[in-house]
Amino acid sequence: MAQHDDGVTTPDSGHAGSAASGSAVVLSNESGAAVVPTDAIVNPGFPPHNPRQTNLDPKKDKNAERQVTFLFFLSIIGSVFALAAYMAFPIVPGNFGSIRENNLFLGIGITLGLLGIGLGAVHWAKQLMREDESVEYRHGTRGSEETRAKAVEVFELGNEESGIGRRSLIRNTLIGALVLTPVPAVALFRGLAPDTDPTALLKHTMWKSGLKLTHDPTGVPIKAADVTLGSVFHVIPEGLLQRSDALEQKAKAAVLLMRLQPEDLHVTKGRETWNYQGIIAYSQICTHVGCPVALYEHETHHLLCPCHQSQFDMTHEARVIFGPARRPLPQLPITVDSEGYLIARSDFHEPVGPDYWERHV
Amino acid sequence: MTTTTSETRGGAVVPKRKSATQSAANWVDERTSISGLVRELGRKIFPDHWSFMLGEVALYSFIVILLTGTFLTFFFQASMAEVTYDGTYLPLKGIDMSAAMNSTLHISFDIRGGLLMRQVHHWAALLFIAAIGLHMLRIFFTGAFRKPRELNWFIGFVLFVLAMAEGFTGYSLPDDLLSGNGLRIIDGLVKGIPVIGTWTSYLLFGGEFPGTAIVGRLYTLHILLLPAILVAALGVHLVLLIINKHTQFAGPGKTNDNVVGVPIMPVFAAKAGGFFFIVFGVIVLMATFFTINPVWLYGPYDPSPISAGTQPDWYIGFADGALRLVPTGLGFQIGNFTFALNVFLPTVVLVLFLAAVAFYPFIESWVTGDKREHHIADRPRNAPTRTAIGAAGVTFYAVLWAAASSDLIATHFGLTIEGVILSLQIMLIVGPIVAYLVTKRMCVGLMKKDREIALHGYESGRIVRLPGGEYIEVHEQLTDYERWRLVSFDDYKPLMLRPNAKGQITPAERVRAAMSGWFFEDRISPVTAQELEQAHHSSGHGALEGDSNTEIESGVGH
Repeated sequence: MAQHDDGVTTPDSGHAGSAASGSAVVLSNESGAAVVPTDAIVNPGFPPHNPRQTNLDPKKDKNAERQVTFLFFLSIIGSVFALAAYMAFPIVPGNFGSIRENNLFLGIGITLGLLGIGLGAVHWAKQLMREDESVEYRHGTRGSEETRAKAVEVFELGNEESGIGRRSLIRNTLIGALVLTPVPAVALFRGLAPDTDPTALLKHTMWKSGLKLTHDPTGVPIKAADVTLGSVFHVIPEGLLQRSDALEQKAKAAVLLMRLQPEDLHVTKGRETWNYQGIIAYSQICTHVGCPVALYEHETHHLLCPCHQSQFDMTHEARVIFGPARRPLPQLPITVDSEGYLIARSDFHEPVGPDYWERHV
Repeated sequence: MTTTTSETRGGAVVPKRKSATQSAANWVDERTSISGLVRELGRKIFPDHWSFMLGEVALYSFIVILLTGTFLTFFFQASMAEVTYDGTYLPLKGIDMSAAMNSTLHISFDIRGGLLMRQVHHWAALLFIAAIGLHMLRIFFTGAFRKPRELNWFIGFVLFVLAMAEGFTGYSLPDDLLSGNGLRIIDGLVKGIPVIGTWTSYLLFGGEFPGTAIVGRLYTLHILLLPAILVAALGVHLVLLIINKHTQFAGPGKTNDNVVGVPIMPVFAAKAGGFFFIVFGVIVLMATFFTINPVWLYGPYDPSPISAGTQPDWYIGFADGALRLVPTGLGFQIGNFTFALNVFLPTVVLVLFLAAVAFYPFIESWVTGDKREHHIADRPRNAPTRTAIGAAGVTFYAVLWAAASSDLIATHFGLTIEGVILSLQIMLIVGPIVAYLVTKRMCVGLMKKDREIALHGYESGRIVRLPGGEYIEVHEQLTDYERWRLVSFDDYKPLMLRPNAKGQITPAERVRAAMSGWFFEDRISPVTAQELEQAHHSSGHGALEGDSNTEIESGVGH
């Protein structure tokens, strides 16, 4: 077949087989560690063309044409169906099934509308459009020597006419000026966070002496008598729900409360008064990356973090027995008030949650 | 030129009636000179192979993401202002949540087709990143990143990272329980960075976690900044694809100096255009029948509840898995500062892993020193060391990815969580080494087999007894066309360590020679013409039939 505009030929033109050594477009002699073959097998050129069925059999050609038309027609039906479904299956408030129907029928219609076009076009291309392959020649990617020389000349002229290479004072002050211009923009980003120092905030939580332990999420105070053996309570400090920064406070102050046999607890020196008759309270925020440690295994008294599977032994003051965490969960010292409600003795004695650079105890 | 009348001055042009299309084309061209572009690109040749569609899938799912994403922005409110839910979904009625979550529920349950669009958007995003990953693997294993395409590999890598960033920022927007916990992990991860971690997190969240700023900020990133960079990088990616022209697999008639395939107009346009609709259609089909990210089941974000078996979207799995595989107790306090190695180590490992992916083409080209352009895609077996490195990398990634489901693996298969983690920790180190060795042996074995088949044909299974009593097996020869695929590949041998002009051997050169040895010491050369000649000659004895395509081999050895 004929040569196309862009040096594109078809295999039949006999052009392609000739070059055919499989060597790269060699632009320099540097082939590195590659072995340049001297005795390579010669590219046999294009194999003979096997015409497809639609070219040989007019009936098959006609069939394919019908199939493509059918697929495009299917697409039209699909789109119309989608539009009809949009109106026929509205979302009825309170009827959850209507959402499903809306989603289903609208989706089916749109799917048909899209797939009909897609399958039709591909079928058309494969069965009816010209099937043989064409050949185009590659040129080295780099510009021609002439172009490159011109480009160099452009830069040289630019240099000469502006004098940027010669007038070093101008150039260097310009570079200095350009380097400094973004600095104010960087400074602007300080405004992303409030003026207060985060390290001071991270050190403390809402808990303080006398604050009641209350149910999460209701905020109802908890009596020591309610905490039976083996039970676990999600706890928030009294008054948290009324705060405007409730989520930020909760992300630090969430506590897990449980009761063990006092003889099961291994209490270190200085923490003897932190539990109340075997009732212990620990920070719920994982010391790894801050997920809530929420899975408690009654028989082993282990707490498991569902995010990264750190495990804490509650009989040994929440020491890490497995997983990526490296510190025990901080303990909240508790006691009871005169009415029998559980209250905090103080804030945590160390920052809760994940490690951060400025953290120290 | 004019269109329909003979107004041309001088009357040099013979008046001729033009069709509406012609006049329209003329109108456009006279204002844009677009005919040059059409001439340049219209008949550009694209080679055909199923694996070349992977990049197309990525491109098309991105278009679907843009379309559906635009729809979603009309309804979504990127605000963390607290509202009380009062919508259609009864289980959440009366519950406080952010406006973001509220509007997400509104899109899902009150807007006709809203749930569909949300699901199309999410499925398309999952497919987008999956397609990019597979596309990268195709490029890697066929060596299509070699000169002149190293830059485009790097741009593609940037697209991959941007796609993951887009995915994560989008995932966080509904402000539901799962995504909030995801952000909590990011917060912990950022805080674990030495020196700058605390402040970075503080600035990112606009105060203490979770604050009220993060959803709005992520939204700006998600719909403005990241897409703008992504579209720009994608544009460069495609322009470079056109400049470099597509690679093709070795085949008869195909050389390093030509492109064999179908022209853009009309065949490739029809196939690719049609394929866009197929990809779109399949995504809508998935969104029609399969729920994705049912945020209404998770509820709004709250720092204390969480459900067991939490999973990130699949593409973040490798990062989450890396966090899980850290051994207990890493990290320490120096003076007043805490060095959270248990959090920072996975970050460093992931960054190094991604950097290795990003810069691999430059490393390989330095090792080979090959400055030629390569347009014939390798069969993976013909580059055994690269393929083995790739297999090791895939294994490493796969183990990290599996680790993100360590708890689910444990519960589904009735194993202990400790056992699963320990096994994965061992596999993370041993797996890539084993994968490397096995893959390399397999590649070399396959190359040997190719060589054998190219030289001696394949075993036909026909045993023939010669008059003298000798048994032989008839070997079928390949045609020249079939053989070409087996013998046309690049061959490298280890670099010789040579002193430079100053008579010195630099340390860098030593490293390079050592790496080159590592890459190419196990070397199977392609069959040469002479070898083929000899093979045919030596086996020419006693041809049974006149069939020139049949070679008779002694059954004992070749």
